[in-house]
Amino acid sequence: MTRTPLRPLARILQARLKGDNPDAIERENLRLRHEEMRDRAMGRAKFRLGLLAVSFVLAFTAIGGRMGLMASQTPVEPKSEIGAVTIQAQRADIVDRQGLTLATNMLTHSLYVQTADLVDPPRVARELSILFPELKEEDLLRRFTDGRSFLWVRKVLSPEQLQAVHEIGDPGLLFGPREMRLYPNGTLAAHILGGASFGNEGVDSAELIGVAGIEKALDARLRDPALADQPLELSIDLTLQATMEEVLAAGMTMMHARGAAGILMNVQSGEILAMASLPTFDPNDRPSPIVAKGAEPADSPLFNRAVQGVYELGSTFKIFAAAQAMELGLVTPDTQINTAALSVGKKRFTEYDGHNYGPTKTVAEVIEVSSNIGTGHIALMIGGERQQQFLSLMGLLDASPVELVEAPGAKPLRPGRWPDVVTVTASFGHGISSSPLNLAAAYASIGNGGIKVTPTLLKRTAPMKGIRVLRHDVALEAVKMLRRVVVSGTATLADVPGYEVAGKTGTADKPRPGGGYYDDKVINTFASVFPASNPQYVLVVTMDEPEGSSGGDVRRTAGWTAVPVAAEIIKRVGPLMGLRPMVEQSPDNAVTAVKN
Amino acid sequence: MRFFIYVMAFVGLLGLGSWAYSENYAMRAKVSEVSDLQREIGLLRDALSTQKAEWAYLNRPDRLRELVNLNYERLGLMPMEPAQLGFAAAVAFPRVPLATGLPDTLDLTKSVDVQGDLKPGKLGDVEESVP
Repeated sequence: MTRTPLRPLARILQARLKGDNPDAIERENLRLRHEEMRDRAMGRAKFRLGLLAVSFVLAFTAIGGRMGLMASQTPVEPKSEIGAVTIQAQRADIVDRQGLTLATNMLTHSLYVQTADLVDPPRVARELSILFPELKEEDLLRRFTDGRSFLWVRKVLSPEQLQAVHEIGDPGLLFGPREMRLYPNGTLAAHILGGASFGNEGVDSAELIGVAGIEKALDARLRDPALADQPLELSIDLTLQATMEEVLAAGMTMMHARGAAGILMNVQSGEILAMASLPTFDPNDRPSPIVAKGAEPADSPLFNRAVQGVYELGSTFKIFAAAQAMELGLVTPDTQINTAALSVGKKRFTEYDGHNYGPTKTVAEVIEVSSNIGTGHIALMIGGERQQQFLSLMGLLDASPVELVEAPGAKPLRPGRWPDVVTVTASFGHGISSSPLNLAAAYASIGNGGIKVTPTLLKRTAPMKGIRVLRHDVALEAVKMLRRVVVSGTATLADVPGYEVAGKTGTADKPRPGGGYYDDKVINTFASVFPASNPQYVLVVTMDEPEGSSGGDVRRTAGWTAVPVAAEIIKRVGPLMGLRPMVEQSPDNAVTAVKN
Repeated sequence: MRFFIYVMAFVGLLGLGSWAYSENYAMRAKVSEVSDLQREIGLLRDALSTQKAEWAYLNRPDRLRELVNLNYERLGLMPMEPAQLGFAAAVAFPRVPLATGLPDTLDLTKSVDVQGDLKPGKLGDVEESVP
């Protein structure tokens, strides 16, 4: 920019010649310069104001446009935030203690109909009724055309059925994906697993809920999304369970029994390794829970005899009287007990089948021959109150705490009052009912040296803590008595070589529904611990109305029915559990025999 | 100098703008890739659970038992017996009092009859042994 001087020499000289004031020239030039500067400043200010206005307009347009866009769109979650892997399994698997699958989920499809989209309802109804025989053509057609817009046709479809429905090719037939509970082993451990069914159903998915057994008892755990990928580990061993069910079923057929139950439990941890109840059912397709009129609840295959079957367990209770009397210091195994006669008030007690065991027997012999009179005398020495306390402490008078939804409902039946007559009958397991599982837990307490056992169906990782119910030496003596029962008493058929089975039989007449007892219907129980020298497992076998036969006679005592079945189970499951048989040494001579 | 700074800032702005633009699209591509992978994981998971269920179904004890019975001729499988297990310490030492009346040669291809009369003796006694 050329700067015009305020006093240009040429004009000054001219002005001086004319006699003008040269300062006027300077002022004029200064004025011109100031005007120019003013114009420039005004232009810049105008430009800045304009720029500011434009940027405000742009900014407001941008914000306003964005607001308009946001208001007109439906909000969508930013996609990158769906980072976590979506969990497919909505219900945790159930596995056995070795990790083998007992229950799992499988993707399947349900079939539903949008009636508005149906092209040819009569044809669809006809084709569906051919595919699924349980659907009636006229019913389907009525439901398609009675004005409803949506209806479920089937809850689950197999892949083949899905394809077949696809091939009908009607746009109104639609499939909803969903997970189905699957029990791949069929009837195996059915009473433990229970079953599952659909809860709230939607088109895209359906809720799976447990309806019985451990599926219902631990429903919250199985549905917990945080634990969905960690399977629930049961204490059950699939192989042992299968073996027990096989042997029990064979035994039930052979003995013409109405039902049977078996429980195999670890005496230290209370873990149930196998628990079977026959007859059984398929949890994939649970039968209706309604039983025929006049039938016993136990006739339903859904009835879990091992847990819900509250029976009089008979002479298996005798060992509790003997153990308690030893615990209290009232008797030793060698104390002589009156086995000739026992009356309480007007009631005279007799032995089973009118046996007579002579005037006296030792406590060990009373158990060995299963003398009602002898046990009654021992119980009277203990007294009703202490007996009641002890049986309660052993868990025989309360519902089992096991993780099955059926368990809390199966409360043992006990008499309201506890006079001496009850004391005597309870000592040999009559007039008082408990479940085979409670009996197994009580025998486990004897087997493990006197610690109370809480039965469980879950795999235990930590050692079990329980209160002491018997002194260690008393528990050892009790097991020795039980061993004598097998070696030379009422359960000789249970003597599996090498496994030193120790147990007690029990036979109880079945109660009539109207009161009193049947003469020819019994419940046979055999409760055992093995091996006797270091008990590790307890096995309880119960048979409902069995009829063993020997030499043409019908035998209804446990020794001929439940005992051989239990022996076969022990023979089969012992090797599977890695239990090595003891070599039973026969005493070489009289000196060692006496020493033993 | 000022001009140079303006130019550099402008070029920088352009550069950053195009970087942000490309990052945006790269991110979108990754997001869709992740969702594809997740769908694939879901499908594989479904397949896995189906196969697990099938494996469990094929190995169910009922079926295995039937297979064992069907193939008994070939496999000869029997339930395990207690006698097949034991402690090494429980294996008896060979009895020293040998039986007399055994055959001189034993044909090991057939069953061997080992009945005989026992002779009394003590552990450690040296007697003639069966050839």
